[in-house]
Amino acid sequence: MKRSRVSISSYAMESPDIEAYLGIGGYQGLKKALHMKKDGVIQEVQESKLRGRGGAGFPTGKKWAGVPQDEEIYLVCNADEGEPGTFKDRYIMEHTPFLMVEGMTIAGYGVGASKGYIYIRGEYPAIAETIQGVLEAARKQNLLGKNILDGDFSFDIEIKRGGGSYVVGDETALLSSLMGKRGFPWMKPPYPTEKGLWDRPTVVNNVETLTYVPLILAHGAAAFADIGAPGSPGPKLYSVSGNVNSPGVYEFPMGVSVKELLKAAGGVQGQLKAVQIGGTAGPLYDDTALSMQLDYDSMNAAGGTLGSGAVVVMNSKTNMAGVLDVSMRFFAEESCGQCFPCRYGTRQLSYMARRIASGSGEQHYLPLMRETGEVMRATSFCPFGQSVCTPLNSLLDQFGDEVEGFIRQQDYIREVI
Amino acid sequence: MLSLTIDNKAVQVETGTTILEAAEKAGIEIPTLCRHEDITPLGTCGMCMVEVEGDPGYSRACITEARSGMRIRTHTRELRRIKRKLLELVLAAHPDDCLQCIRHGECELQKLAEKFEIRQLSYDQYTRGLPIDSSARGIVRDMNKCIGCGRCVEVCQNVQTVKAISFYGRGADTIVSPGAETDMGSGVCVNCGQCVVYCPVGALHEREQVDDVWGAIENPELHVAAQIAPAVRVALGEEFDMEPGELVIDKIYEALKLLGVDTVFDTNFSADLTIMEEGTEFLHRLEAGGPFPLITSCSPGWIKFGETYFPELIDNISSCKSPQQMLGALIKTHFAETRSIPPEKIVSLSIMPCTAKKFEADRPEMNSSGFKDVDYVLTTRELARMIRQAGIRFDKLKGIKPDKLMSAYTGAGTIFGATGGVMEAALRTAYELKTGEALENLNFEAVRGLEDTKTAAIPLSGQEIRIAVVHGLSNARTLLSQVREDLKSGGVPYHFIEIMACRGGCVGGGGQPIENSLYQRFKRAQGLYAEDTGMPVRKSHENPEVAALYKDYLQQPGGELSHHLLHTRYHHRDALSI
Repeated sequence: MKRSRVSISSYAMESPDIEAYLGIGGYQGLKKALHMKKDGVIQEVQESKLRGRGGAGFPTGKKWAGVPQDEEIYLVCNADEGEPGTFKDRYIMEHTPFLMVEGMTIAGYGVGASKGYIYIRGEYPAIAETIQGVLEAARKQNLLGKNILDGDFSFDIEIKRGGGSYVVGDETALLSSLMGKRGFPWMKPPYPTEKGLWDRPTVVNNVETLTYVPLILAHGAAAFADIGAPGSPGPKLYSVSGNVNSPGVYEFPMGVSVKELLKAAGGVQGQLKAVQIGGTAGPLYDDTALSMQLDYDSMNAAGGTLGSGAVVVMNSKTNMAGVLDVSMRFFAEESCGQCFPCRYGTRQLSYMARRIASGSGEQHYLPLMRETGEVMRATSFCPFGQSVCTPLNSLLDQFGDEVEGFIRQQDYIREVI
Repeated sequence: MLSLTIDNKAVQVETGTTILEAAEKAGIEIPTLCRHEDITPLGTCGMCMVEVEGDPGYSRACITEARSGMRIRTHTRELRRIKRKLLELVLAAHPDDCLQCIRHGECELQKLAEKFEIRQLSYDQYTRGLPIDSSARGIVRDMNKCIGCGRCVEVCQNVQTVKAISFYGRGADTIVSPGAETDMGSGVCVNCGQCVVYCPVGALHEREQVDDVWGAIENPELHVAAQIAPAVRVALGEEFDMEPGELVIDKIYEALKLLGVDTVFDTNFSADLTIMEEGTEFLHRLEAGGPFPLITSCSPGWIKFGETYFPELIDNISSCKSPQQMLGALIKTHFAETRSIPPEKIVSLSIMPCTAKKFEADRPEMNSSGFKDVDYVLTTRELARMIRQAGIRFDKLKGIKPDKLMSAYTGAGTIFGATGGVMEAALRTAYELKTGEALENLNFEAVRGLEDTKTAAIPLSGQEIRIAVVHGLSNARTLLSQVREDLKSGGVPYHFIEIMACRGGCVGGGGQPIENSLYQRFKRAQGLYAEDTGMPVRKSHENPEVAALYKDYLQQPGGELSHHLLHTRYHHRDALSI
């Protein structure tokens, strides 16, 4: 694959080294940005049509433009990468961390922040150390800290470590946690851009989003917008895992087909049975998924979500009752416990799924699980609880017969024994 | 004004009104489980979901603001189905022991289950098997029953700012906890019991002592002497379908006698006595020029809070014991001597609106007679249970007089039960003792009512006395933080401060009947002020039995015996290593 310069992977290195980064064109984006007005930087990002890569796909430039004037504005890099099957941010922080830090600095300049935080998930301790070294190296080169590149702009970054909660990947819950509170999400509005950390305007962007920013500045918005799907252009990092020969992170233009992506990942091991796209809360598809295009608009049109760009592949040896169990247990363990429907609903779903998978399921569980998922969709406080029904229903829609058959088979085995 | 329709009923409300409040105005009750009118809406339970025409999905009525032109439906078939399912989910995780539960009949979950006709559960039930935490002197925490609504956390963290409990654990395992590896008894909990009165179920309740009290009453060797706090007399009636604020003190005297209590005194007496002691202390400080401010010490929840969070102000707290402990000490001494009963044969019982009083009674220093000042503390709710157990038709009682010696009281003593009451009582006495003149108007309106912080400047012999009254510990925290700063910079912001741990004062204590909302607290306070207004004697220094006590026993306010029996000291509690 020929690598465009407008790509994260073209900056990848085994271990981060600022001299090497500067040698391959690093910090050109920041230098360019600092010669522009703040509004110009936001304008450039708006014209690039970059959309948030955390999963929601909100236009990044629009988010930045919505930040009101304030004495103190914060920029937060959401590196709480907790979505199962997603490891693109980890790739960035291990292989192109300077690009991310440069992106944060540009974002800080654009939105008028002087303080940035990187909220790194608790399970990434080594990465937190790496990033600490990266920040120090950037400070030494006057690319971070007071009067960056001897100009008027000062910006520094502090690392915060998460405590291992999935829900804290949600921006409002993340801000609660950053302020030292329990990681409960809050109801928007107010949006963090209006009232975030300590009630100040706060921009929260995903690692990948920020990492593409220097490329937009360095190569121009048009170069970025020309790549991939017109509605959500640019290159994109996809995490491919499960039954493929070469699982890993792959960078493709937005809108790449699942088929092409799986080919790049070395092809499916055995016969393809199911694909889950966008994370644990995304739907499961059968082999019809192969023709799907992986960009926000196409996926939404197909009734799914691009989410974080995770593609989990399951082959014909996969027991879907087991998938149901793992999936429901994940939701039960990761529910923040704040609202009733999610706290109790995930517990019951996980219980029933576990009973099914362990051979003591009952037929009435399946409709009851669907109904529970629907009640959670209607009444849960945040998208976490609301979305449990998506993988649940899609699994039961497409593989319900298999799960039912499994329950019957286990009943039969018990009777015979 | 906004116009909207709820269930085809038109209603007009102010901008900023929630759908739930608009529905209330329209006379429509939307079911809730986590919501309480006195605290910030939490939006956790999902029971108040409504359908708003044109809006996607459903909306939480408690946190969604009404908009003009909204067409809202609260009980569609689909909404009823969803809410039943939600309740089933909660009930499947809740112990099936309503008949043994302390909140049976007063449980909001039970009422909703009944309202929604939940007859069977489609889910398998499970129990959590969590240990019951009865380590605190006043409060028991049973997380098996917790539904995780978050009211107690909101109250403890933000209304009281005690910060003793918060959410702990994750997902379905989330519980309300004083923290990892610790229990309520060893944490910063002040036993105020506000978590108890705002708990919708039986997950938090008072440490019960009814059985112990029965044991004492039934033991012929023992002489049980009881006292009743001011706030109980305007609240106990609610347990017997009477109105909040209805004065039932004579019925309480009679009920206690019918239960087998040997002698019935009244904490109102020692409230008057407190004024004599604390008033004297205040006048001494006025003469000595400080230290100011003097802070009242009647509320044991506040005392522990102060010891924990404001150790710098410990010398500012009045050395007076609370009225409960004063009367307890006198029961074991003066009463014992008067009646020639050995103090070890006397059981001192108090009926309190308060769970922190149980903690106070067990403080090791509260035994100046050589015996525990107070042996047992029953809350208003516990006394009601004893009365019901004895088959006493409380509402039908005619009422009797209490036993002489330490039960006479004035209007000043009775208003101790409401926020501002101690201050008002103290001002009446301090003014007359200091100036030698009779007060024209005994009512100090400035210190009455439910406003967060009440301040006034009172002229006294050519000096201006600055006073402040706060109730609810967050208000105390705000005021004292300012006071601490002012003192550091050499200022004297106030001369005298009254602090009550609970909003509304003792009428809203953690031991009062459920419902214990601000509405009930207000009505109860009104009941106390009405009693005060109607009393022939309204000033503590004119209480004849208090005068007799000084003459026959204590000699003089602030004297040596008073100091030995009626005063105490406080100590710093480190919040991190209690």
